Amino acid sequence: MTDATTGPDHVTGPTPDNAMRDADRAQAQASGPVLAADGKPLKRSLNRALRAQKLRALALIAPLLIFILVTFIAPIADMLFRSVENEIVAETLPRTVIALEDYTGGVPDEPVYEALGKDLTIAAELKEHTRLGSRLNYETTGISSLFRRTGRDVDDLGETYTDQFEDLNEAWEEPSTFVALFADPTWIEEQQEWAAQAEADRDFNEPEPRFYLADGVEEVFPETAPMYERFAQVIQTEDEDSPTEEEPWNIVYLTLYQDLMANPDIADAYDGEVATLLSNAADAVQGFETMNVKEFFLESDEDWADPEVWGTIKAFSPEYTSGYFLASADLQLTPNGIERQDEDQRIYGLLFQRTLFMSMVIMFSCILLGYPIAYLLSNLPLRTSNILLILVLLPFWTSLLVRTSSWKVLLQQQGVINDILVWIGLVSDGNRLVMINNQFGTIVAMTHILLPFMILPLYSVMKTIPPSYVRAAKSLGASNWTAFWRVYFPQSVPGIGAGCILVFILAIGYYITPELVGGTTGTFISNRIAYHISTSLNWGLAAALGSILLAVVLVLYWLYDKIVGIDNVSLG
Amino acid sequence: MVAATDTATAFVEFDRVQKSYDGETLVVKDLNLSMPKGEFLTMLGPSGSGKTTCLMMLAGFETATHGEIRLDGKEINNIPPHKRGIGMVFQNYALFPHMSVAENLAFPLEVRKIGKSDREAKIKRALDMVQMGDFAGRRPAQLSGGQQQRIALARALVFEPELVLMDEPLGALDKQLRETLQFEITKLAHDLGITVVYVTHDQTEALTMSDRVAVFDDGRIQQLAKPDTLYEAPENSFVAQFIGENNTLEGTVQNIQGDRCEVRLDDGEVIDAKPVNVSSVGERTKVSIRPERVETNRDRLQEGAHTLKAEVLEFIYMGDIFRTRLRVAGKDDFIVKTRNAPDQARLQPGQQVEIGWLPEDCRALDA
Repeated sequence: MTDATTGPDHVTGPTPDNAMRDADRAQAQASGPVLAADGKPLKRSLNRALRAQKLRALALIAPLLIFILVTFIAPIADMLFRSVENEIVAETLPRTVIALEDYTGGVPDEPVYEALGKDLTIAAELKEHTRLGSRLNYETTGISSLFRRTGRDVDDLGETYTDQFEDLNEAWEEPSTFVALFADPTWIEEQQEWAAQAEADRDFNEPEPRFYLADGVEEVFPETAPMYERFAQVIQTEDEDSPTEEEPWNIVYLTLYQDLMANPDIADAYDGEVATLLSNAADAVQGFETMNVKEFFLESDEDWADPEVWGTIKAFSPEYTSGYFLASADLQLTPNGIERQDEDQRIYGLLFQRTLFMSMVIMFSCILLGYPIAYLLSNLPLRTSNILLILVLLPFWTSLLVRTSSWKVLLQQQGVINDILVWIGLVSDGNRLVMINNQFGTIVAMTHILLPFMILPLYSVMKTIPPSYVRAAKSLGASNWTAFWRVYFPQSVPGIGAGCILVFILAIGYYITPELVGGTTGTFISNRIAYHISTSLNWGLAAALGSILLAVVLVLYWLYDKIVGIDNVSLG
Repeated sequence: MVAATDTATAFVEFDRVQKSYDGETLVVKDLNLSMPKGEFLTMLGPSGSGKTTCLMMLAGFETATHGEIRLDGKEINNIPPHKRGIGMVFQNYALFPHMSVAENLAFPLEVRKIGKSDREAKIKRALDMVQMGDFAGRRPAQLSGGQQQRIALARALVFEPELVLMDEPLGALDKQLRETLQFEITKLAHDLGITVVYVTHDQTEALTMSDRVAVFDDGRIQQLAKPDTLYEAPENSFVAQFIGENNTLEGTVQNIQGDRCEVRLDDGEVIDAKPVNVSSVGERTKVSIRPERVETNRDRLQEGAHTLKAEVLEFIYMGDIFRTRLRVAGKDDFIVKTRNAPDQARLQPGQQVEIGWLPEDCRALDA
């Protein structure tokens, strides 16, 4: 006879419980869904009753949830996004990106330089070219200064045409000519009203109405109209000035020249004074002295003839880039595809390897040192173990910085340990051991700092293992070692698992200690991330490195789940 | 103390064993015990009486502070537990949670380096023995308490030890299951001819299962005897009180003659009793009478019975028996149990009756 047949759940005879169950079943069969007292289906009533509870639970966690979303999840998501985001090139150099679509290498032709000239003029007026320059400088050194230098020169681009137009007719010097050509008549009225009001009332400080192009002018002047519109916008927003009072940029004259060359009948779209002006100009431009934009650029900086510069612009023109991740893997994006980084610049692979390796060493050191302590703690009488536990926790109450610095004092070449070794005579004074500012120092200091994270979960798991298991094993004939290894140890594995996860994940992202005692050989990937965040300001690369770190942790976590089983992780 | 077994044939022997944990008080005081092979001996006693300590010393988890423990003639004081070859069943079963039932049973065989095929045969036999043959692949957590205890039993038996220790193995089970398992354990022990030392604080368990019972109190064996002797002829008032229900009347020995003595109770009444451990006139004594040996029906009193007046205080109908509480000789906790028979009177509270018993059933014990 086994319990299964005698257990209360298996009594098939008439018990009060069974009778109730039978009655319920009979009712359910007779009338479909079970109804509550008010006649509504029981399920719905139950759901309504539970919904209030769920809402209350949600309300209780809501503050924390919002806090975490705002301060944790959102920034992380933003950082992850930054690791692939690359809109700056396409945003700053839209024409160039289009012109470079078919670029395959070498020095590009005139149209590309023209596009770049227009983009760069706008960018320089908006002062965005330096930002783009530093972005591209991450990929190819020198681009930053190239952009900065040409950015200073580029406002002269097209001056040849400006002079010729102005020589042709002084009206081309007048801002009003351009307003008449491009502005919407309604805007002109609005602007005049605004100007009149501003004249009358000195305290009137509403901004000038936003400039907008006349209908259809873009078809007439496909190049000049957008450029003039941009000019008007920049004048209004950046300079807080009016297009009615400012002479357009030189580049506008360049585009005007191009449009007139392309369409000599342009004047047909207008009548009156402007039409005459345009038709005269259309006739005259045929005889204009031309300029070469490419030469202008090469004159500004001969690096503009460097295919590498163009390759870089081309490679990073898409809105999303794998460039940061490739850089994190010691690769680089070139016009010819993905290539390995130069030998002397491959640092991230090494750093990742070192971070993982050292975290493993730290983790195993923590197991080796922590396991016996936790075992002792869990087997001592409560009073003694509590005192020892306080000693274990003591480091938590000391500043991390102090603990790390104290290791410096202990381990440095003129430090306490070396002094003792020299005094004992184990080490000669000339050959003091180098124990700090290297991997050894980092491992020692971090093992010490992370040890409590191993001991605590181990202790709380070991505390729950009854001593009778080991006794049973011994009574069954197992020696002390066998009883430990086959019975006690497997039951403490969940504690080891929890400790390992804690220590490893903390170690892999540790920053302060490796920074202070790591020197050059003991630094972690986190130190490099911090460098890119705060010194080189290459946030994209920092984000990519961080994302890889996160992915590595997740993969290890997944592996751990596969091998040990996450259910086996216990904090007590 | 009953010297039940000859030292020469003893299988398990405690020889003047003492145990102290703190060096100030003795938990076990001068323990002498010997049991022959095949005996089922129960150590019974209230908690703190030293019975579990004795068991742990036998198993090797505690060391005796003084004295010798012998197993099959050899002193085992300094032999570590895993070399003693003693099977043990724990109160919380102590099945290894990370191993299946079969792996649990294989454990003692593996550490003994028994071959695989041999091992499997033994495991199967042991599981069949406790009717758990179908559960080899389960984890302990998937079993009920009773099933776990069967497995624990099988594990303690699978390596065929000659001595098995059981430390309150049924303590955590419900009553019905406990009774079933009591019966099964006894049967298994006798069928296999193993020697069992069983620790419990449940006297019914002790009486129904054992060949002999050692009643522990205050670090000593108060009485070591067969269950019926223990119940019917307790040697001191602790045993009389501890085993079964007991009526106690206190008084002074007035006269001793062979196996009869007169005891003057505290209210002046004089009764006859059998002197057990009183030896001199004037000694204080506790007279013990079992409730079922008291007769309330005058007509049924046997010849030579002693009668006493009593007042009925309470009558409890318990189905098969009646339990009546009386005031006798100034004490109002005197219990009488009578069989529910057609001619048995059901006494009313307040009724004055005359009760009686045979002097042989009335034992004068130490005060």
